[in-house]
Amino acid sequence: MSLAVMDGADYMRDPRKHHFHPYADNGGTSVAIAGDDFVMIASDTRLTRGFNILSRDQGKVLGLTPKTMMASSGCWADVLTLKKVLNARLTMYSHEHHDVMSTTAVAQLLSTMLYWRRFFPYYVSNILAGIDEEGKGVVYHYDPVGHMEKLAFSATGASVAQIQPLLDNQLGALNMKDVTPPTITKELARQLIHDAFVSAAERDINTGDGILIHTITKDGTTDEKVKLRRD
Amino acid sequence: MEDSGDTHTGFQFSNFARNEKLVSRGFPMPGCRKTGTTIAGVVFKDGVVLGADTRATEGDIVADKNCSKIHYLQPNMYCCGAGTAADLEMTTQLMAGQLELHRLNTGRQVPVIAANSMFKQMLFRYQGHIGAALVLGGVDKYGSHIYSIHPHGSTDRLPYTTMGSGSLAAMTVFEERWQPDMELSEAKQLVRDAIAGGVFNDLGSGSNIDLCIITKDGANMLRPYDVANVKGQRVGKYEYQRGVTEVLTKKVRPIEIVSETVRLITGEDMDTA
Amino acid sequence: MSILHYNGGCVVAMKGKNCVAVATDLRFGVQGQTIATDFERVFELGPHLYIGLPGLATDTQTVYQRLQFRIKMYEMREGRKLKPQTLMAMVQNLLYERRFGPYFVEPVIAGLNATTKEPYICALDLIGCATEPADFVVSGTCSESLYGMCETTWREDMEPDDLFECISQSLVNAFDRDALSGWGAVVHVIEHDKVTTRYLKCRQD
Repeated sequence: MSLAVMDGADYMRDPRKHHFHPYADNGGTSVAIAGDDFVMIASDTRLTRGFNILSRDQGKVLGLTPKTMMASSGCWADVLTLKKVLNARLTMYSHEHHDVMSTTAVAQLLSTMLYWRRFFPYYVSNILAGIDEEGKGVVYHYDPVGHMEKLAFSATGASVAQIQPLLDNQLGALNMKDVTPPTITKELARQLIHDAFVSAAERDINTGDGILIHTITKDGTTDEKVKLRRD
Repeated sequence: MEDSGDTHTGFQFSNFARNEKLVSRGFPMPGCRKTGTTIAGVVFKDGVVLGADTRATEGDIVADKNCSKIHYLQPNMYCCGAGTAADLEMTTQLMAGQLELHRLNTGRQVPVIAANSMFKQMLFRYQGHIGAALVLGGVDKYGSHIYSIHPHGSTDRLPYTTMGSGSLAAMTVFEERWQPDMELSEAKQLVRDAIAGGVFNDLGSGSNIDLCIITKDGANMLRPYDVANVKGQRVGKYEYQRGVTEVLTKKVRPIEIVSETVRLITGEDMDTA
Repeated sequence: MSILHYNGGCVVAMKGKNCVAVATDLRFGVQGQTIATDFERVFELGPHLYIGLPGLATDTQTVYQRLQFRIKMYEMREGRKLKPQTLMAMVQNLLYERRFGPYFVEPVIAGLNATTKEPYICALDLIGCATEPADFVVSGTCSESLYGMCETTWREDMEPDDLFECISQSLVNAFDRDALSGWGAVVHVIEHDKVTTRYLKCRQD
């Protein structure tokens, strides 16, 4: 190295780029299936960072109203912030209108809130599940910037690639000659959620430890916990 | 000119320029299969115990749930591998061959330190481009030895060591519980627990636990030693009705056997005198 | 995007009871654009022996030609057909020879041992690391979706007809969620006395 450079002021030497990494990927997979009078929403309970497990008991489904739940995974810090802001908005709504927000309204609110951060998005994959005004189960699927789609069943998160084709095939009866899509019962929905997560845990290192399955009906919600492999 | 198979040996670089060009045009080199891996080895009273998990990954996906990471080198010598799966397979195969030739040339059992030297010389020559991290273990007339060998060719002789992405998880177990002159049963349990530490706490490691015990009487592979994770049980049945898949055309080609001759061959050992 | 995904395509192979099946899509594309829908990437290398070579199409064909050359040399020198395991070792050597300048293919081998009738499947990565599992192997652009489908629908000791339904449904539903593969599929079911080849009807988008 030449002396001239050595003599230069400190700030003149050694230009360095500084990068900003605001996002982390903490894994997590969610599935939701809507029936005629119920909706089932489930997530795995593993939270990861790189090759480390941060938690084996962190469900990713958040209760929003008695009839609405949201499964959210991706950057866990963003999930928590989104949950906090969304809950505040729901509280404000209930104070203003003296009523709980309907599932369809929550779905629209979530889309708006996500799009509001279009150029610095929350790094989250969301599914919203609930009972609509007619008492039917509904599932909404989102991309990180607020695109919303109403579906009968959906998967999102780390293992979406493993799970979604299975749901297409078993619930949508796609690619099968003379087979009509089955009526979605609670038993069928639970079985498929269970088996989809078992398969995902076999092949995806970010999915495992356990499943938390929530069922919403007009009478309320029930939870079930199932174990998955822990390696 | 394409190979007639025996005109050249060693690596071929004819695709290298093309692939570099692709990288510069924005097509990054695809990843290859890694072992992720927790591997470990300890010295105990009568020999060494080597241990490994059995998961191979490609990115975040498990490519093989039950791969074998403890490779044969010599009857008194095995080695665990972590890193690029193809490199480990081919490097250990090559070394097993060279060690066997060495044994035949010298007419005596190959000492473990010789294998260590051969590994480090080869890996150093490739300057870390061969991504093999190894735990070499064996017993010879000089005693029981564990070596850890890094991809760039540096090596350590140690009483206990771990490698791979789960090495820290496994090492915590060794640091807590390893002691000199352990009994075999203690050593087996210790290595199992160390590998289990990696299997359960490192996402790159998983499935079963393999062990290999080497004493002066020879080696004993225990595969699997412990099925730490059983395959998940599905609730539903997914049997498709025959005929649900729509077929455009179907062609059946019989395989006809024109003639068949059966010649019995009695086994004969290779002449290695 | 990795160069392995440049032309798209996927292959899956499964073991059944005294039979194996290998299936592939038929798309040949250049990134998002589809060029042809009749591109075969599964090749017959012997009466009971098939290899699928998903990856960069130019390398699919080059590797296939180089393999044919080596197989013919082997069969002439040895005066016998090669076993599936021998083919695996041959492919492994061919690919690992170019460890530092690889061909961009991830082969899948499916076959029956000509003498023992034993089913055999294996998958290799692009530098020749083989896995030989007891159930199924997948490769190509929608490998994650294929893992999900096969992991759930595969079961032990399937008869040839059930194996066909299982592998077809796994393949078609998996590639329908992948933009880079699809546009038709072909399935070979290999038994000791016959090979059944079926072209499937599927979405053309």
